[in-house]
Amino acid sequence: MSGMAFRIEARRFGGGSFCSHVHWRHGLWLGLAFFGSLVFAYAQSEPGQQVPSAISTLILWLPFILKGFGLNLLMSFIAMAAATVLGIGLGLLQISKLPLLRWPAWFVTHLFRNSPWLVILFMVMFLVPFEMYLPGGERVMLPDWIKATFAFSLPVMANISEILRGAINSIPKGQWESAESLAFTRGQTLRWIILPQCVRRAIPPWMNWYALLALATPMASILGVREAVSNTQAAMEASGARPEFLIPFYLFLLCLFFAYIYPIAIWTRKLERKYAVAN
Amino acid sequence: MPLQTNSNARGANPQPNWAPDMPIISLRDVHKSFGAVEVLKGISFDVRKGEVVCIIGPSGSGKSTLIRCINGLNNIQKGSIKVEGQEVNDPKLDLLSLRKKVGIVFQQYNLFPHKTALQNVMMAPVLVLREPKREVEERARALIAKVRLQGKEDAYPGELSGGQQQRVAIARSLAMRPDIMLFDEVTAALDPETVKEVLLTIRELAAEGMTCILVTHEMGFAREVADHVYFTDRGVIVEHGPPDQFFTKANDPRTRQFLSQVL
Repeated sequence: MSGMAFRIEARRFGGGSFCSHVHWRHGLWLGLAFFGSLVFAYAQSEPGQQVPSAISTLILWLPFILKGFGLNLLMSFIAMAAATVLGIGLGLLQISKLPLLRWPAWFVTHLFRNSPWLVILFMVMFLVPFEMYLPGGERVMLPDWIKATFAFSLPVMANISEILRGAINSIPKGQWESAESLAFTRGQTLRWIILPQCVRRAIPPWMNWYALLALATPMASILGVREAVSNTQAAMEASGARPEFLIPFYLFLLCLFFAYIYPIAIWTRKLERKYAVAN
Repeated sequence: MPLQTNSNARGANPQPNWAPDMPIISLRDVHKSFGAVEVLKGISFDVRKGEVVCIIGPSGSGKSTLIRCINGLNNIQKGSIKVEGQEVNDPKLDLLSLRKKVGIVFQQYNLFPHKTALQNVMMAPVLVLREPKREVEERARALIAKVRLQGKEDAYPGELSGGQQQRVAIARSLAMRPDIMLFDEVTAALDPETVKEVLLTIRELAAEGMTCILVTHEMGFAREVADHVYFTDRGVIVEHGPPDQFFTKANDPRTRQFLSQVL
């Protein structure tokens, strides 16, 4: 019976895990497709003209694209940190004994969990002003990438709120009862007994949401944030908008994101297995 | 007397209406319902200090509910439960002082799986009662030795057998220095061979003068260790008496039928 406490059940965390479906073979196919497209682009370029090949253009613009990718990572880190803090707060409110706290938290959670990310992105972009005044009167500029980061953190916040609520509810009732009979208050029980047990259960789904978040950051390019995808598009424009570059450049982006996400997926799977066999 | 001084020293409310020679637990006409289902239909009994009381009866007769009401895990709809003169059903009840007085051990042990045996025993005194850690650790190690688990201090619950876990759970309850121990079918989930270890621990506690209320299906044990046996069926006490009399000269046909099935 004691094994109950640490069993990971994916269904309790809403849906299957994205990370458990990523395989190294996918990366291999991506890489092969990328090199194939380079060859194809070379074959497509008109023979008479002295134009740079796709690979040499890509190498030329690589620092610019990687700089954009850096912004993707930065956005994903900040959004995840914000989503984690807000999501934990929201999740705790969701299990509050006070309906006045519980219901709004439930509403916010489900509103952002079930809205398309792009809609949230547009709403934040157009509803949040580009500058704000602090109480002291200082003016703070809110660049687009900060606003986009905030927008990405909202759906992840809502999902983390649900992960936490699910994890807390999956702790057997007996834990609460024995803590109560040892004179722990509700807050003390959460702090010292329930939440520490939730961490192990919640980390794999939490990492899964990070991977999804990192993959969603290119959406910010629609609104002009200069991250990897918009920089790649700019690079293609600048090098003559040649149609044979489209496929190799976008495949390169796919490879870039895969190379970043794959280790995270592996690590998540490892943790999932580890916590599934523990006890 | 020492126990009473002890609980005053720990900051419990002094109970001017209660003296150690009065019943330590006193139930009067206790009614408890879950929704429309009335589980307890007017239970009254007294337990004196140092007494060992066994509650037996068929499944669903409200035995577990009854003892969970005594430490306030379940609230009651009607009647009165007094522990050392303190009314458990009082909305202004100081729950902390009640729970320091009354320890409970559950059928499913309910140890904290992320803490070692020693940490399980130490947690409540250190974190809730804010007693000095070193002092609590000394006491916790002594309690673990008392339940015959020396060497298992650093084991996690998942690494212990059911009987070992249950003995850690007993030590964890004792670490709060309760005046009363409640045992809710503590051997029902155990393998027959580990039942003995747990019963031995309870027998020793009883012999030391701990006030114990046991809900149990171990008739032999009840007969041996109890000062008084209560038989409950469908939410009422059907019959009660000292074990010798209860197990041999039961009057009520329901008691006789139950005993003939389990003995």
